[in-house]
Amino acid sequence: MSILTVDGISKTFKGLKALISVSFDVKEGEIYGIIGPNGSGKTTLINCITGFVKYDSGNVFFKGKNISKWPPHKIARAGVTRTFQIMRPYYSLPAYKNLIIPLWAPRARKLGGWRGGGKHGDRNTVAVDILEELGFERDSRVPYKPASALPTGYLKRLELARCIAMRPEIILCDEIFSGLSVSEIAGLMPLIEKLKIEGITLIMVEHRLKELFQVADRVMALAFGEKIAEGKSYEVIEDSRVKEAYLGSEEV
Amino acid sequence: MENKRIERIDRGIKVRTEGIYSIVSMREMMYIAGPRIIFLGILFLLPLILEAAPYWKRVMNIMFIYSLLAISFDFLANYTGLVCLGGAFFIGIGGYATAILNSVLHIPVLLSIPLAAIIGAVVCTLLLLPCLQLRGVYFAIITLMFPLLFTRVIEATNILGGTNGITGLESIPGHFTENYYIMIVALIALFGLRRFVNLDAGLVMRGVKDNEQSIRASGINVTWMKTQAVFISSLIGCFGGAYLAHLYVWAGLSLFALDFSIIPIAAVAIGGGGTIFGAIAGSFILVPLSEFLRFFGSFRIVLYCIILTAFIVFKSEGIMTYITRKYHQFERWVDV
Repeated sequence: MSILTVDGISKTFKGLKALISVSFDVKEGEIYGIIGPNGSGKTTLINCITGFVKYDSGNVFFKGKNISKWPPHKIARAGVTRTFQIMRPYYSLPAYKNLIIPLWAPRARKLGGWRGGGKHGDRNTVAVDILEELGFERDSRVPYKPASALPTGYLKRLELARCIAMRPEIILCDEIFSGLSVSEIAGLMPLIEKLKIEGITLIMVEHRLKELFQVADRVMALAFGEKIAEGKSYEVIEDSRVKEAYLGSEEV
Repeated sequence: MENKRIERIDRGIKVRTEGIYSIVSMREMMYIAGPRIIFLGILFLLPLILEAAPYWKRVMNIMFIYSLLAISFDFLANYTGLVCLGGAFFIGIGGYATAILNSVLHIPVLLSIPLAAIIGAVVCTLLLLPCLQLRGVYFAIITLMFPLLFTRVIEATNILGGTNGITGLESIPGHFTENYYIMIVALIALFGLRRFVNLDAGLVMRGVKDNEQSIRASGINVTWMKTQAVFISSLIGCFGGAYLAHLYVWAGLSLFALDFSIIPIAAVAIGGGGTIFGAIAGSFILVPLSEFLRFFGSFRIVLYCIILTAFIVFKSEGIMTYITRKYHQFERWVDV
């Protein structure tokens, strides 16, 4: 059963065609990867789905409801959240206080959020619990440090934590592996799998193909705003148009 | 001195009083409550002491009005990220609202001031609503424009008494009511806001200042949060305006004077932004200072500017930030 249907989204930035009629389906509970070279429209696609950018034509259906004209906060409230490629924590607040905000958000207060923390119990305690689940050491000072003092690896986890605190249905991860070392990525992989077990659908935009292919059920490739391939990861990477987009063509 | 640097360490008692252990001994309790008790004690005695100098009692009232404006500026600028130069706007709207309520509808003064504050806050919030998309200096310019706009509209159309203003407002009854009324409201605003910014809802507003996109991605309506912040802030400002109108028993165009926008900002700069208490401390320095300097005649503004500059150059972090640091930490020189 498909949980998110994207139907022919097009977006132009003053004549530059960023997305040309992109369509795809995401099934409930799967991990869906989106790959493509730089500037192929991956982040724009995420921005369009989550309502941060208004697109010219096309529709997005979430659980059968048309969410195309909704403002971003309403889409997030329905359960479609995102992480940001350039991390956007609340720099002046301590790491665990960063999670108070999504736990306070209407969705978490109504439905309980992650482990019911938005509705029941002390939000501070729940925030530290969530951070611990995501690999912040509880007994260290890390969760209590201001977000401005945290290294990139923790900030990426914090991005993810901010999403799951709301207990969303879909998380759109915008390059959570970029800028991380191999060991840090290895530390994140079990988390991704854990989210899948929890029944959260993940859409991952990624440049690190090897790591993505380990977890993704299906992959879509974009080039210059067009969808050029879709399917199992090994099929997509063997596709001639994908190879051409990544490596270039020999024909002049 | 070349190979040394200052090291700052939290005092032991500060660390001890952070948790629940602060209630085990009198010394720790006094460490937390002491400064507040001293501050409140002096404040409540002030009208009694100043009984000898009625003129200074009046200055004290003005001081609290500027405190309210500075608090509302500090809250909006440092906790929500909206730099609002609309002090004069709040004062003017609050003043005219109470003038209509009191002199036209004959509502008693002690009731008409809070009523005017609420009505004024609604009006201010509605007028500022279209501008909430703006940030930083752009929002500042728009809010600076509003009092000028109202002055011109009132002048041109001769509504609300035109250039003569609305006269015949009741003065505030009672000998000490005048002083304590505004003092208690200022204290409620001070301690209420200091508590509010640490609540979960207050944290969300601080999040709005840090970055709006993440707030949106969490499913929270940013414009609604900003609207609430502007309402709180203009409620405080309009109360000051309504009180001022009754102090002058007159509501006129001078309520839209630029002073009400500028001096609170100077007060926050001197007192220390983001502490809220600093806003009060700053206006307690600036307003009496300005009165003292009347002694120097036309030389007054020059001295005022010199002192203001000195504060900003030598204590740019703000007095409150400085005092808090000295209270909580000790410093020593260590080798690098």
